[in-house]
Amino acid sequence: MTRTIVGPFNRVEGDLEVRLESHDGVVREARVTTPLYRGFEQILVGRAPADALVIAPRICGICSVSQSMAAVAALRAVSGTVAAPNGVLAANIAHAAENIADHLTHFAVFFMPDFARPDYAGAAWHPAAVERFAAETGAASAEILPVRARLLHVMGLIAGKWPHSLAFQPGGTTRALDLGARMRLAGTWRDFRAAFERIVLGGPVEDFLSIETADGLAAYAEAGRADLPHFLRIAAATGCDRLGRGPGPLMSFGAYHGEDGALFAGGVTEAQDGWRPLDPDRIAEDLSHAWMQEGPALHPARGETRPDVDRPDGYSFAKAPRLDGRPVEVGAVARQAVDGQPLIRALLERDGATTVTTRILARMVETARLILAVEGWVRALDLREAFCAPETVRFGDGTGEGLVEAARGALGHWVVVRGDRIQRYQIVAPTTWNFSPRDADGRPGPLEQALVGTPVGDQPGRSVAVQHVVRSFDPCMVCTAH
Amino acid sequence: MAVLECGARGWSAELDAVGIDLVWHPSVSLATGAEVIERLERIESGAEPLDILCLEGAVLCGPNGTGRFNRFAGTGRTMLDWVRALAPRAGTVVAVGSCAAFGGIPAGDPDPTDARGLQHTARGPGGVLGTEFRSRSGMPVINVSGCAPHPGWIMETLEAVAAGLIGPADLDALGRPRFFADHLAHHGCSRNEFYEFKASAERPSDRGCMMENLGCKATQAVGDCNQRSWNGGGTCTDGGYACVACTAPGFENTRGFLATPKIAGIPVGLPLDMPKAWFVALAALSKSATPKRVRDNARADRPVVPPGRGPGTR
Repeated sequence: MTRTIVGPFNRVEGDLEVRLESHDGVVREARVTTPLYRGFEQILVGRAPADALVIAPRICGICSVSQSMAAVAALRAVSGTVAAPNGVLAANIAHAAENIADHLTHFAVFFMPDFARPDYAGAAWHPAAVERFAAETGAASAEILPVRARLLHVMGLIAGKWPHSLAFQPGGTTRALDLGARMRLAGTWRDFRAAFERIVLGGPVEDFLSIETADGLAAYAEAGRADLPHFLRIAAATGCDRLGRGPGPLMSFGAYHGEDGALFAGGVTEAQDGWRPLDPDRIAEDLSHAWMQEGPALHPARGETRPDVDRPDGYSFAKAPRLDGRPVEVGAVARQAVDGQPLIRALLERDGATTVTTRILARMVETARLILAVEGWVRALDLREAFCAPETVRFGDGTGEGLVEAARGALGHWVVVRGDRIQRYQIVAPTTWNFSPRDADGRPGPLEQALVGTPVGDQPGRSVAVQHVVRSFDPCMVCTAH
Repeated sequence: MAVLECGARGWSAELDAVGIDLVWHPSVSLATGAEVIERLERIESGAEPLDILCLEGAVLCGPNGTGRFNRFAGTGRTMLDWVRALAPRAGTVVAVGSCAAFGGIPAGDPDPTDARGLQHTARGPGGVLGTEFRSRSGMPVINVSGCAPHPGWIMETLEAVAAGLIGPADLDALGRPRFFADHLAHHGCSRNEFYEFKASAERPSDRGCMMENLGCKATQAVGDCNQRSWNGGGTCTDGGYACVACTAPGFENTRGFLATPKIAGIPVGLPLDMPKAWFVALAALSKSATPKRVRDNARADRPVVPPGRGPGTR
């Protein structure tokens, strides 16, 4: 048995360390460590409830709007505030822009550069991958980063600035868009659609979304010249469609909630089985392998955060969230599978698991679907009406649960307010689920499971397959332990 | 990650154009694991030069001074240890963001991790490198504060360092580049007319000045936010919410960010260098002279009274 520590594991958001035990060139066990703890849940206690809108988003510089949305949803539940419909639409547009920006950054800057590694030199596809995807010098990131910057003009219009905006309030959003702003918003979105279709999809969003089978996808991959078909060809050549298998279950809190429910329905699904409803009361955080003081596994509304760096079995600042006692995978692939998106469902049924390929593909499927959704939301804005409900928001005493979907998956905030002060604030972030340590029954977290079986050769620390598997989850480590 | 917005041809091309060669960046570099550690060890030993060390994030000194709340992954050493090892090797040290500059949000009460900035804390000078620290070029730590800092503040500071155009005189007393720190966030605020007449917003999304009721600190906080604008044309105040003074040390310990504390009806935090008596007198005078248009529009989310001299004129 060979033991290897991989870290600093970069091109992920934040600090990550992975420990591997391998034998005969294959990973047998993996342990994932979140080595940073900042104490947000402790810092929030004792403050005015609305101050969570300032503090909580600052957990993360790339999913700040998601954190705002979760905090807003939790505070809305405590205060009983009903948001103005325009504010719900505007917040969803900003949230979609952030999530898409994260998907694009992940694809071009974090994930694809590994295919340009010298490890693959000699493969017929390698020179084109270097030209297009090499870290820092690749043509794809040079094209996509300015597109991302332009996309984030949505934030200048709706949120004032990004990251860390206070535009997202229980009553809605704080800037009433006028006709000019709405036209600029539509123009920004039009530009984004055109760039995404040209650079990533290689054709209209509608054509891409009409692909519903594995065979259809294979034909698209063969014919296309843009970056997504390019990835799919490399993925097939490198076996990414068999790598990093996630057995499920997959969970989504449901994304982009509005008057008619969620755009992407929430729930739970196994890789091959059908949908079932999610009961958030069945969530608990296990502390047995976290650098936390010993305690029972508790629902976040009753959870405690008391770090202990000397905890004997601890190996991560992340707690281990479980649903009905089981680890679950979250993220775009879970969101699209739970919502029943035909192509993603077809691939999961074929493979019997999530894979590196489906995780990457699902982000682009989701981006394509969001392009259409946002077009509808911009049209639905009623500029004669308010963006923020005029009623004064009062908190008093109460408990609130804010369940949203960040780019990387299910994000929950649980707040208990007593005497107009925060008494308890607990956060379970997407990567807390995906990169959780083991629980009291010794069950590994989703990444720890997905790494088992990964071929690593005789130098596990330099295995590019491990890099693909870990980055396919798009981890956000600063959010993980917060 | 904010800095990725810089450059019409991508951030890498921008760095290239100003002669900055990235040794390693956790988000964009190819190198990972052992390759990175070997490189950092060469810099630590002096075998490889380092012109600029950028740090993002507070340095966590807890628990009990061990720094173990933040180990640098894969190295078995704390970030505290690495920072102290690398900073003296650097030509210039740049703190990117209020966390690395002053401690920031992690230093918020009860400061669970003993979070500090490189050369300052939320309470004053000091930090993990100490007041006397100077990098190889003789500079104190450059604090590009802000939460998050404007991408331009980061990039322009790095460009100025690379070009040798920034010296101690270009920094304010807290180490912040004066090109943005000699301004107040208030300067250029689109709500200026409401400020002049003390026509105040009362609820979120009202268009009036947010200083009197909604906690806005733009008249006390440094930054050229409202002059250069963010994300294609926005700012905090333009977006309809208060400036929280994110460029200032200790901003995280405000209680009640979104409401203005008052004594006897007068806001506690007056404009930075304005005598209180003058402010009160001017406020009373300007309130008495406030045009109806300004007064009504201050309490609406859109202009309800257009500019004009009266019916039939313009």
